[in-house]
Amino acid sequence: MPIEILMPALSPTMTEGKLAKWVKQEGDDVKSGDILAEIETDKATMEVEAVDEGKLGKILIAEGTEGVAVNTPIALLVGEDEDADKLETPEVQDNTTQSAALQKVKGEEETKPTLPVEPPKGTKAAPPASDEDKYFDKTVKLTVREALRDAMAEEMRRDDKVFVMGEEVAEYQGAYKVTQGLLQEFGERRVIDTPITEHGFAGLGVGAAFHGLKPVVEFMTFNFAMQAIDHIINSAAKTLYMSGGQMGCPIVFRGPNGAASRVAAQHSQEYSSWYAHVPGLKVVAPYSASDAKGLLKSAIRDPNPVVFLEHEILYGHSFDVPEDPEFIVPIGRAKIMRAGKDVTITAFSFMVGQALAAAERLAEQGIEAEVINLRTIRPLDTETIVNSVKKTNRLVSVEEGWPFAGIGAEMSALMMEQAFDYLDAPVYRVHGADVPMPYAANLEKLALPQPEDIEKAVKAVLYRS
Amino acid sequence: MATSRRRKPQADETPQYSTEQLLKYYREMLLIRRFEEKAGQMYGMGLIGGFCHLYIGQEAVVVGMQNALIPGDSIITSYRDHGHMLATDMDPKGVMAELTGRSGGYSKGKGGSMHMFSREKKFFGGHGIVAAQVPIGTGLAFGHKYTQDGNINVCYLGDGAINQGQVYESFNMAALWKLPVVYVIENNKYAMGTSQHRASAGELCERGSAYGIPGHVVDGMSVLAVKEASEKAVAHAREGSGPVILEMKTYRYRGHSMSDPAKYRTKEEVTKMRTEMDPIDNLKKLILENGSADEDALKTIDRDIKNIVAEAADFATQSPEPDPAELWTDILIEA
Ligand SMILES: Cc1ncc(C[n+]2csc(CCOP(=O)(O)OP(=O)(O)O)c2C)c(N)n1
Ligand SMILES: [Mg+2]
Repeated sequence: MPIEILMPALSPTMTEGKLAKWVKQEGDDVKSGDILAEIETDKATMEVEAVDEGKLGKILIAEGTEGVAVNTPIALLVGEDEDADKLETPEVQDNTTQSAALQKVKGEEETKPTLPVEPPKGTKAAPPASDEDKYFDKTVKLTVREALRDAMAEEMRRDDKVFVMGEEVAEYQGAYKVTQGLLQEFGERRVIDTPITEHGFAGLGVGAAFHGLKPVVEFMTFNFAMQAIDHIINSAAKTLYMSGGQMGCPIVFRGPNGAASRVAAQHSQEYSSWYAHVPGLKVVAPYSASDAKGLLKSAIRDPNPVVFLEHEILYGHSFDVPEDPEFIVPIGRAKIMRAGKDVTITAFSFMVGQALAAAERLAEQGIEAEVINLRTIRPLDTETIVNSVKKTNRLVSVEEGWPFAGIGAEMSALMMEQAFDYLDAPVYRVHGADVPMPYAANLEKLALPQPEDIEKAVKAVLYRS
Repeated sequence: MATSRRRKPQADETPQYSTEQLLKYYREMLLIRRFEEKAGQMYGMGLIGGFCHLYIGQEAVVVGMQNALIPGDSIITSYRDHGHMLATDMDPKGVMAELTGRSGGYSKGKGGSMHMFSREKKFFGGHGIVAAQVPIGTGLAFGHKYTQDGNINVCYLGDGAINQGQVYESFNMAALWKLPVVYVIENNKYAMGTSQHRASAGELCERGSAYGIPGHVVDGMSVLAVKEASEKAVAHAREGSGPVILEMKTYRYRGHSMSDPAKYRTKEEVTKMRTEMDPIDNLKKLILENGSADEDALKTIDRDIKNIVAEAADFATQSPEPDPAELWTDILIEA
């Protein structure tokens, strides 16, 4: 059987081309890899190489022919014992099974498979169950800093695969002292000072996670994780999908996020919406010490990459934390910090404190605000938010970051999609000023949401002044 | 500094290769060659889409290197990855079916030519971001050391990738922590259309010298030279002496990807490499000259390989496209 040589597509967009020149002639011997012909495409002249061996039996398309469609037979290759003279020119319609396969692929573009419009487990899924409340019988006062350290220490005791790496995490005990004491307890094998090399150690952490370890990678602050964002997104978040489910990446990227105090634009950015944009990542942003501890433990145990956004100002704040090391907070579950019937306020991280302060002032004026601490940004606990708005009919979203495509924008979309009929006022977004963070004390304060801003927003959605 | 130039091995230290070994290398290189030619053809027929980077010409590098490894050693490379997968004994059917974007592919059709993995074969991809595999490979080596499993990582990168900052971040950490990793620079002279000399100052094999990482230049067109250099580098990494850099001088015959007309080099240059330096032809000559096997034995291998590749192509065209429901799977692992 002679083998048909077909007009190849030499680029993803080529549909036809000119057969510029036959390099081999009828009767020539052909080996795999030999150049048979030259073809001109819309962009360039390219060579066609032989894949099969044999003799060039018959040239079907003469050189100089223009507009030769991709997959048209252009020549016939015959085996050593075949007679080239007896070859019939095949009908162009009489395509090989291979070009038929192509036509099938092409044809499918028209009859697109019907896709499920929404993922099987849509955004309406209920948050995971939690027994966290039962642990609050016996508590100790801990700072967020201590709670984070305890979470790491407990998980490191539990699983030798857990290790901590980052700049100044070991000898120096952490740039913000979050890793205090870990080196002393776990040694330098598991508590590793890295060079100042964010891109490198983020990628190294991903490799270690692919190997089966459970790295906790500390960024001194998330501002510096921009150097590493390629590995967080392209390597950590996407590889499970790109590998058809083979390559889990159990890693935690953690560190302070957002504005500390008076460190200006390059050291004061809030990244939650950046990471929350990415399928394949979980994004956590705790407020209290108990949430910090319970959620970091969940993050370390999670088989997926988790971006764990802390807040420098909260590190020194104290909260009641359950004593029991079994206490854990599941990722994906918001917490109602204060119940109220008049308006729902969502906030996360440091802004929860601002929202609670605003709610306090509002209560004095007879307005009962329900404050929801999101705790997890992705997957978002939409059920808790929507149920609250069904009761209050109003939503104020608070975040420290910029408004454009921010968490508040997501909240607005959520209300449109899932609570439109319950709203009595448009969603109000309270957010950081849409400017690089200024240094001057007065300007910085103006750039960050204050309790008064939240108070004003609540009154706006209640149509009060 | 342990950076060394290519050195002719002395007669008494030239390793002896058994017929079995020579035929194995021949067979493995030929499988890659024929597989890639088939992939090129199927691309031409529209069965493979997107970017498709062929490994033709560079076969000796991965075959020589892989034959110096032991089970459990991990491998990672860039998007020019088909050869590496075949050399780690991944199933040609699964690789080809991934190229065609079918459910039978290694990534169920969701990764494509540039993103394939096999945990079973310790092949960790397949990475589309130039040089991203370098810190990841270094992290795999970190894992080998942390778990003391006795294995090493081999991290392949291109002559273009070598200029990325993250490569040096990795070199530094690998040297500092004495990680068991061999960095194999596949210097095929070009990064897309940019020749090495237009992009890289200095010698690539010396890029680790500031970190005290030994670097060696290897004739990447000779599978035996690669095997020999690899044995030494692998031993160095495995015994805990830290990373090694091997700069393999090689050449890709085809364009950077399928749509590259390769205007940046002359036809003569390509022809000269193909006719004088071809790793498969040269090994074949050696096998025939030293009487390890005759033409018939090699023909049998050729036929065998042809069948394997034909079967892979058939499988890859017949395997169904992924179920639409696959769109939503493998985003997160259920905790
Ligand atoms: C970070 C990044 N920049 C640019 C590209 C586009 N790109 C893909 S391959 C390539 C050339 C790389 O050449 P080299 O490292 O020599 O590898 P080779 O293709 O020769 O195997 C470029 C620039 C990319 N994929 N990633
Ligand atoms: Mg190159």
